Amino acid sequence: MIDAVPPALVFIVGALVVPLIKGKWKSAFLLLLPVIGFINLINIPEGANFVVSAFGLKFIFGRIDRLSLLFGYIYHIIAFVALLYSLHVKDDIQHVAGLIYSGSALGVVFAGDLLSLFVFWEMLSVCSAILIWSRRTTAATLAGYRYVLVHAAGGLCLLTGIVLYLKETGSLEFGHIGLHSTASLLIMLGFGINAAWPVLHAWLPDAYPESTPTGTVFLSVYTTKTAVYTLARGFAGTEILIWIGATMTVFPVFFAVIENNLRRVLSYSLINQVGYMVCGVGIGTQLAINGAVSHVFAHCVYKALLFMSMGAVLHRTGKINCTALGGLYRTMPVTAICCIIAAASISGFPFLSGFVTKSMTIQAAVENHLVIIWFLLMVASIGVLEHAGIKVPYFAFFGHDSGLRPKEAPLNMCFAMCISAILCIAIGLFPNCLYKLLPYPVVDFVPYSASHVVGMGQLLLFSALAFVLLLAAGVYPPERRGINIDADWFYRKGGRLFYYIMDKVMNGTNRASEKIFVGGLAGYLGRISKDAPARAALLALVPVWVTGGATGERLSLKKASLRKALQTGTSPVGISAAVATIFLVVVFLVM
Amino acid sequence: MKEKAGEEKKYFFDKPRNVKIAFASFFSVLAALLIAEFFIHKHVHLSWEEWPEFYAVFGFVTFVLIVFAAKHILRPLVGRREGYYD
Repeated sequence: MIDAVPPALVFIVGALVVPLIKGKWKSAFLLLLPVIGFINLINIPEGANFVVSAFGLKFIFGRIDRLSLLFGYIYHIIAFVALLYSLHVKDDIQHVAGLIYSGSALGVVFAGDLLSLFVFWEMLSVCSAILIWSRRTTAATLAGYRYVLVHAAGGLCLLTGIVLYLKETGSLEFGHIGLHSTASLLIMLGFGINAAWPVLHAWLPDAYPESTPTGTVFLSVYTTKTAVYTLARGFAGTEILIWIGATMTVFPVFFAVIENNLRRVLSYSLINQVGYMVCGVGIGTQLAINGAVSHVFAHCVYKALLFMSMGAVLHRTGKINCTALGGLYRTMPVTAICCIIAAASISGFPFLSGFVTKSMTIQAAVENHLVIIWFLLMVASIGVLEHAGIKVPYFAFFGHDSGLRPKEAPLNMCFAMCISAILCIAIGLFPNCLYKLLPYPVVDFVPYSASHVVGMGQLLLFSALAFVLLLAAGVYPPERRGINIDADWFYRKGGRLFYYIMDKVMNGTNRASEKIFVGGLAGYLGRISKDAPARAALLALVPVWVTGGATGERLSLKKASLRKALQTGTSPVGISAAVATIFLVVVFLVM
Repeated sequence: MKEKAGEEKKYFFDKPRNVKIAFASFFSVLAALLIAEFFIHKHVHLSWEEWPEFYAVFGFVTFVLIVFAAKHILRPLVGRREGYYD
């Protein structure tokens, strides 16, 4: 058996081979890659592997421990599912971008030093932008550019932080950093932009819904969860993260309720879910970190499944807005059932994956006496049920009959969705299999106590009852066409304002300059220069004539004859010499 | 869910009987959950978790508040026509 290679390498090299293979072999190769990657991963021993020393620095491409391994496992599983889901896609660019994207995420997760982490981090941004642009619509192109700009800013922030950190500590090793200096603040902010922190989050609901049906499945997993990993590695127990995370869980709920585009609803829901993870990382106890990381595992599956089901709807109908959909369960039953399983999982229904993971973070909050945080997380849980649990499946597959009768999703999509749905159920039924893989041993946490099951059951089903009653009473907000502005308003409108101001200031200056210098000043100087000898001579001679007693008509006569003499070049030599001398004196004095 | 599909074949929820069954099971589960609470041992971390039917009321009320806040506060603030940015 050959030695193992860095986990990222399998995907990145594999991606470059994809365009060379044709037909069915390509499909087989795409599906084989994550499998090879997974076998490779479990053959790498724990500790720092693939260490390269260069330029006096140490680069580690395979730091294997329980934290990175769990991310590695789920990334391979999702890569397999997402590739299966996109097998029908004929566009090689999407496969290549998707594979390098997954590989870069693995690169970040297994990087033991900040510099190689940064390189993979940037590759992540580039590949995700390509996945967005692959939709090839104007909206996708523009959203992609905004996405690139935001992530370029985040990347620069991270790089600045890394350079300062190297200067500060003399080491590039990526372990616990903690928030204590400008360097660490910049690093954390760089991570935070990818984690879609409040106000820095707008790139996510702006760009993800614009990607292709298949591209969004990749996107929904890697960028944000990789950011959660880096925060868990570098900033576990940083108190501010608790509040950032709790805010992230709550505010997207309200945006999701009034959003018409279902993939945008899921994007807001993604921020909400990452909020639980960030909050867990901030609490930082063993239970909280376990909660955050197990939630990453469960979340990657059900969120990818939700995006897959909506991708299937978009693929078959070409529509994704609530106002245009409805009643699709009739002809897309497999997609509908898979969507419902994912929706129930994300809402945290007992015996499904969300239930056994989210509750860990919430319990960690309670154990640390964070009552307000507990309250916010519970409110957010009800919000999740509202938008991801009920709204998405209801408005796509039930609700009013849109009259659309699309075919069921293609076979490869159905398989991918079924595998994910089975995983959601399996994690819910056998949580111990997941718990065994967590960074810390799971002690004193029992998800399936009667009290917990009944409590969550009441919470969720009575929220659902509220939905039923609000809908029946006609007060549930009707879906309507339109968009909702978000924090991206500041740079989308701000960008235009900047352009407007620049246009006015720069072009205005240009016009004014032309008017003053070309139009006015040049002509004026020309006239002045033409008359200069006469004026200078008059300036010098008039006082002399006046003191000599010349006044009135005589003075005017003298002036006129001097002007004429100078203009025709017939002035007496003495005067010419005097003018020249005055000119030279003036020049001498000025110089 | 309740509309008729019209011209073509009838699907699951096009039959009023199935809709009725779905609602009946939903309400029975709700009732079962309300009753079950009195027969189980509650593990409570926070004092209000002991209140009878706390989670049912909390879930219902919060859901309604979220929907109303989104509809009446957020939507008027951030809602714009399609093509607002064009």
